[in-house]
Amino acid sequence: MRIFDPHIHMTSRTTDDYQRMAEAGVQAVVEPAFWLGQPRTNPGSFTDYFDSLIGWEPFRASQFGIRHHATIALNPKEANDPRCRPVLDLLPRYLAKDGVVAVGEIGYDSMTPAEDEVFAAQLALALDHELPALVHTPHRDKARGTRRSIDVVQESGIDPGRVLLDHLNEVTVAAALEAGLWAGFSIYPDTKMSPDRMVAILREYGVDRVLVNSAADWGKSDPLLTVRTAEAMLAGGFDKDDVDRVLWRNPVEFYGQSGRLDLSDLAEAEATFAGNSILRGGS
Amino acid sequence: MTSLDELRTFLKVDDFQPADVPALFPAAGRRYGREPLTEGWTTDEAARALMLAAVPPAEIHEIYRYGDTAEKLAVLKALPLLPIGDSAVPLLEDALRTNDTRLVAAALGPYADRLSQEAWRQAVLKCVFMGVPLSSVHRLHERADSELGAMLRAFAHERHAAGRDMPPDATALLDRLQED
Repeated sequence: MRIFDPHIHMTSRTTDDYQRMAEAGVQAVVEPAFWLGQPRTNPGSFTDYFDSLIGWEPFRASQFGIRHHATIALNPKEANDPRCRPVLDLLPRYLAKDGVVAVGEIGYDSMTPAEDEVFAAQLALALDHELPALVHTPHRDKARGTRRSIDVVQESGIDPGRVLLDHLNEVTVAAALEAGLWAGFSIYPDTKMSPDRMVAILREYGVDRVLVNSAADWGKSDPLLTVRTAEAMLAGGFDKDDVDRVLWRNPVEFYGQSGRLDLSDLAEAEATFAGNSILRGGS
Repeated sequence: MTSLDELRTFLKVDDFQPADVPALFPAAGRRYGREPLTEGWTTDEAARALMLAAVPPAEIHEIYRYGDTAEKLAVLKALPLLPIGDSAVPLLEDALRTNDTRLVAAALGPYADRLSQEAWRQAVLKCVFMGVPLSSVHRLHERADSELGAMLRAFAHERHAAGRDMPPDATALLDRLQED
């Protein structure tokens, strides 16, 4: 089983996590830029963070054979702090990088006027840089926040097929799929979504344009819940191809729209694992 | 050593305009590919070296500062070809502070001739510590001195006390320094 976790904050995770993920079949991750628990107070804190998402973290991941890409943005919560707003001007430098496969996480936290402006400005950046967009839906007032996010996406002129609406649930999934967006689900130990609930959603809505992630971060979360969801799918009557579709091919297709997703060496590793030792130089 | 003129000939490009470099530099891999070109240079590295030759030294610092790892590696590789004197030594020092083995190795190319002997010895010891092959270090045997020998000897002593091995290339260097 090969797993692509399309949303995980590895900066907050240990090497033990990388080890367990690699052993369980996680071969690729996308790490969206987000808040860090402790609010930041100046743009320099963001650039150091962005640098680590395109520098140190991919290096760490590579030591476990995991391919790491990032999405870059000013997150909605910190968009409300005027001290952080100049980050918007620094984003184009990072959106030009090979390892950056989308603008994100953007969207709403508390649905303030500042969030409106920063959300719209960053959808425009996605268009300018020909990148997909990863849109976080708010944890409070989620149904209204989701509806409003879809409206903002539609007003921006970006192709809805290049937008992933994340942290969806039973109440918000239909609107996202009907609007032509990709639907993301964050599987959490107690809160956002569970493996069994996810299987029920897949049964009802199918496997098209659906992504499953662990969104593991500095809070109570589990980087292996992607794998647990794959297992729950198999136990729930889905076949291996469905699992591969949701947990590998769908994220590859979504982020592949950036033209920057590089999984080339992983294909080699797979060939090697399949018994073709030529790539190992005969060793 | 490969020169800028050779890279220009092999890559078949005109001189870059300084105003184009900020947008082209991060996109070099997508635009020029990442294939082998000549004598250890890939097409994207060569393109980046030629772009750096088109901009003033202060901008080289800025490009390095905001570069991803591949961009930083390309800057470090290009330094000895650029007419910039000692001005980029702080970039080597930055790379040597990281824990990325690729950056540490790239900082010890020919431009490292401009590093102080103290900083250079620490960098070589860091390579041994991180498992970076000493073949990455430019002019290793000419520059290795008795002080580096003393540092390696102390490191070997710690490793042996812990029941751990020294990398064979470090042992060979230590043996050679002890013979001198």
